[in-house]
Amino acid sequence: MKKLSKTTKSNLITYGIVVVAYLVCEILMRTGHMSSLMKGILVPLCIYAILAVSLNLTVGILGELSLGHAGFMCVGAFTGAVFSKCTVEMIAVPGLRFLLALLVGIVCAGICGILIGIPVLRLRGDYLAIVTLAFGEIIKNLVNAIYFGMDKNGLHFSMKDSIALGLEPDGVIIIKGAQGITGTPTDSNFTIGVILLLITLIIVINLVHSRTGRAIMAIRDNRIAAESIGINITKYKILAFSVSAALAGAAGVLYAHNLSTLTALPKNFGYNMSIMILVFVVLGGIGSIRGSMIAAVILTLLPELLRALNEYRMLIYAVVLIAIMIFTWSPKGIALRERYSLAKLLKRREKEVQ
Amino acid sequence: MSFISYLLNGISLGSVYAIIALGYTMVYGIAKMLNFAHGDVIMIGSYVAYMAINNMGLPIPVSILLSVIVCTLLGMMMEKIAYKPLRQASKLAVLITAIGASYFLQNIALLIFGANTKSFSSVVNMEPIQLAGGQLIISGETIATVVACIVIMACLMTFMKYSKAGHAMLAVSEDSGAAQLMGINVNATISLTFAIGSALAAVAGVLLCSAYPALTPYTGAMPGIKAFVAAVFGGIGSIPGAFIGGILLGVIEILSRAYISSQLSDAIVFSVLIIVLVVKPTGLLGKQIQEKV
Amino acid sequence: MAVLEVKNLGVSFGGLRAVDDFSLEVAKGQLYGLIGPNGAGKTTVFNMLTGVYKPDNGKILLDEEDITGRSNIEINKAGIARTFQNIRLFSDLTVLDNVKAGLHNQKEYIYSTLTGILRLPRYFQAERAMDERAMELLKVFDLDKEASYKASNLPYGKQRKLEIARALATNPKLLLLDEPAAGMNPNETQELMDTIRFVRDEFHMTILLIEHDMKLVAGICEKLTVLNFGQVLACGDTSEVLQDPKVITAYLGE
Repeated sequence: MKKLSKTTKSNLITYGIVVVAYLVCEILMRTGHMSSLMKGILVPLCIYAILAVSLNLTVGILGELSLGHAGFMCVGAFTGAVFSKCTVEMIAVPGLRFLLALLVGIVCAGICGILIGIPVLRLRGDYLAIVTLAFGEIIKNLVNAIYFGMDKNGLHFSMKDSIALGLEPDGVIIIKGAQGITGTPTDSNFTIGVILLLITLIIVINLVHSRTGRAIMAIRDNRIAAESIGINITKYKILAFSVSAALAGAAGVLYAHNLSTLTALPKNFGYNMSIMILVFVVLGGIGSIRGSMIAAVILTLLPELLRALNEYRMLIYAVVLIAIMIFTWSPKGIALRERYSLAKLLKRREKEVQ
Repeated sequence: MSFISYLLNGISLGSVYAIIALGYTMVYGIAKMLNFAHGDVIMIGSYVAYMAINNMGLPIPVSILLSVIVCTLLGMMMEKIAYKPLRQASKLAVLITAIGASYFLQNIALLIFGANTKSFSSVVNMEPIQLAGGQLIISGETIATVVACIVIMACLMTFMKYSKAGHAMLAVSEDSGAAQLMGINVNATISLTFAIGSALAAVAGVLLCSAYPALTPYTGAMPGIKAFVAAVFGGIGSIPGAFIGGILLGVIEILSRAYISSQLSDAIVFSVLIIVLVVKPTGLLGKQIQEKV
Repeated sequence: MAVLEVKNLGVSFGGLRAVDDFSLEVAKGQLYGLIGPNGAGKTTVFNMLTGVYKPDNGKILLDEEDITGRSNIEINKAGIARTFQNIRLFSDLTVLDNVKAGLHNQKEYIYSTLTGILRLPRYFQAERAMDERAMELLKVFDLDKEASYKASNLPYGKQRKLEIARALATNPKLLLLDEPAAGMNPNETQELMDTIRFVRDEFHMTILLIEHDMKLVAGICEKLTVLNFGQVLACGDTSEVLQDPKVITAYLGE
């Protein structure tokens, strides 16, 4: 058999971790060893992992700071949910309907990524960050102001209120302004979540280790040099940004079909969410796809596991976050790690034995 | 008449944003970092003033002074503990740490003061002014806020232009390495920047809650973001830019809320920012930095 | 036959005439030097030749094709590659990937993003071919053993070589080297001189370089153009130009 390269081995480990984790969880569930708390968190773990991996494509691989990732998740969530609700009678097979909703969410989020990317990606670092944050808030705001309904005459849309929709008595209001969407079919489950996560990983990893990935990383490392060897900066920036957005949209569809009520609140689709995902990406290692996934899982589980310390858990989370950052990046922290690194400890042991 | 009333409200809110934005822009220009926790310092300032007035029964001027002192110390402490160790680190690392600091402040406030909305009693004891035969009423808070902002701006610009410490700050913002070689104490300068910024945050908090009395641990977050937007809008690193950005943002927000939709006012404010940046990528008064090929 | 013909090139920046009435002709296979005191406008000329700046007047002809005012990317596709005064490598990519990035636009190795994501056979075929070609280039520069190193971990002299290798990967007609010897000690400079001569001989490359190191200039350049205050002061065979009193004055002062 052909010898596997280092990267291929590393990628297989990443996929392996997901598969093994899935099997372990399934076994625990089937044998009744999993608390309902944990069961409820399985799909969110997949969602956050997908969000973190897709954000890493923009932040780690393309090298641009995006603070509006939750906006793309929001687009995916709402377009997917609208599609599901509209076709709930037409398409009776939940699996097929969910698949189509997924496609709708992905495509819509991806298009948003392109539309937003075109003006935004020309801006310099900090300004780009602020504009992505602004877009995220705009999307959340707009969604809260939309009224959307369906009746036998077709689809109705309004930005004012339910009455302005002018629906027939047997019509259905799908999006009710700030109240969002209710009664979304709950088609998501853990298996689907894991499959989506694996697909996301495959897409991102394959993209990174390809000609396109090299171009994107070249732009990240030295834009001027990348231009000088003929790489089309705009094309690849928008490509990375929109793939990242599309995948966030997929996470959004998964999210929307995990709850029966979908509303755009600051905490789930605002900059708070975008920042939370960014924290996953930075702590997992910028540019490390596996790291983002693991960080997303651990940092989502952590507050849940600390539930015992209920009042203090977010405080501890904040302190731990600051501590990790200082430990990883400050000169003293780096020196400490050097002295006590595993490699050095092993070397010392060897010397003593001799 | 109502337009003028809205305009004045907008200028007043904008003044608060401007004061907050000044803190952001100074820290960004001099310490080269985005202090994400700045908005939450505002919230702490408001709570301290609230406790001083309501629970400790201190007179208003003393309460405000206490709030300013606490916030100044808080800002300097944050800088020393969380930001200084990371001065050589990447900007992203510092941003995340600032986010951690923000979470920390919000949750400390949650623990100490609880999640219930506190009703902040206004610190302004001025009667509203009535103009145009009672048709235009300008509240005392509005006047106080605008006056405070102008005074702060004037003091700050004078300080930057004429004092040694102010010159030091300008030097560090241009080139901290060279400034150090010239004998400027960069650490002290950065501490001073955070001190001033945080003091301003306390003032902004008190003024904000006087006009909009609902106080929760999350009260500072959105104004913080908007003020950050204002600072970028005006050109980050530029003091006059922070001022103009803040005022414009406040006016746009209030006018949108009044004439278009209160739901969409935030979306409109952010859209204006985007349009400005797309046309002028470094903000209204920002400096263009060319990369040498 | 002239690979590069520049006629009356000029550009102003906000009222300052940075380069004025600049003309130059580089024949195929020549080693041509562009020299002059600091601030004379040499890099500005390079930037115009590579599309970073658009000239205000004049013409640039590459192999008789008018490329004046074209973009960076178009000019690279037309056949000009360059290195930079401050080495610009893709620091977090491996040495091999840096060269493979240079192969990005070569027809034999192009495949779509979708092909890459779906790992169709074309992906494997193209990547294998790119690996071979990139290793060939690295071997030429004696960098093949460091192929999997991170580019930023190479010593300075090797980084410079890698930059040249990457530029050559784009299969240019003309190679522009901007102060290749900057920051090098005499040994490294000597090695660089041999490398440049080798590149010209082995790849039948036409090379135009900017340089301050007179040893290198005198050692390998066949012809020179001297730039001072944005204008051509002298041009011709290296030995003649270097003895021209005007040139000596420009460098050393009155």
